[in-house]
Amino acid sequence: MADPAATKHGPGRILIAVYGVFALAATARAAVQIATKFHEAPIAYLLSAVAAIIYCAATFALAKATTVSRKVATAAIAIELVGVIGVGAFSYAVPDDFPDATVWSHFGQGYGFVPLVLPVLGLLWLRRTR
Amino acid sequence: MFAPLTWVLVALSLAAMVYAVVLAARNKRIDWTVLGIIGVIEVALIAQLVIGIVQLSGAERDVSGPFFVGYLIGSLLVLPVGAFWALAESSRWGAGALAVACLVVPILELRLHEVWTA
Repeated sequence: MADPAATKHGPGRILIAVYGVFALAATARAAVQIATKFHEAPIAYLLSAVAAIIYCAATFALAKATTVSRKVATAAIAIELVGVIGVGAFSYAVPDDFPDATVWSHFGQGYGFVPLVLPVLGLLWLRRTR
Repeated sequence: MFAPLTWVLVALSLAAMVYAVVLAARNKRIDWTVLGIIGVIEVALIAQLVIGIVQLSGAERDVSGPFFVGYLIGSLLVLPVGAFWALAESSRWGAGALAVACLVVPILELRLHEVWTA
């Protein structure tokens, strides 16, 4: 059985740094959106909040790197992957409901598509350090 | 916004990022040089926060206040957290993680510039 702490060292250091950036960005964005203009697009802004919670959970779980937190991280990142693909597809199909307002809209285009790549790398890294 | 300060911040952050990447490439941990540059950047960011808030309160155009102040405060947090995260790693990847944090500052500065001039 490998040491679960391996998850937060080596290349994982950079992965978690990027997750931290997205946790900060998504949380700040959701907070401002909900505080200032929630009525304009409630669905999109609630999704922003969900994305923020997922990024924060993934960041802390990866950084804690225990056997239990690795499971939490795997679950959070799996939800993240489903979220970015689902919201990405939905934002193209029904653009009126998404005034380009979540991290995941258009597969994270506004963030250089990093939101689409990040969960894939996260799951691969968790698998690698199993 | 005081544009020269913004561009100085972009240049300093990119310089710190390049330095951190070089450290990582040479298999080194982060050192006092990069921490010193980050200290200078932080001082400049605090100055930018003060100038930004003063100018926002006197702005005649319609600037999105919450986003603007959010970017100003957010940019202050990134490097200390990144440095803390990098220091707790004994391999080259700590310097790599700090390089990521350094890259975030120019991105935030550009967004800040967009919000201000929008």
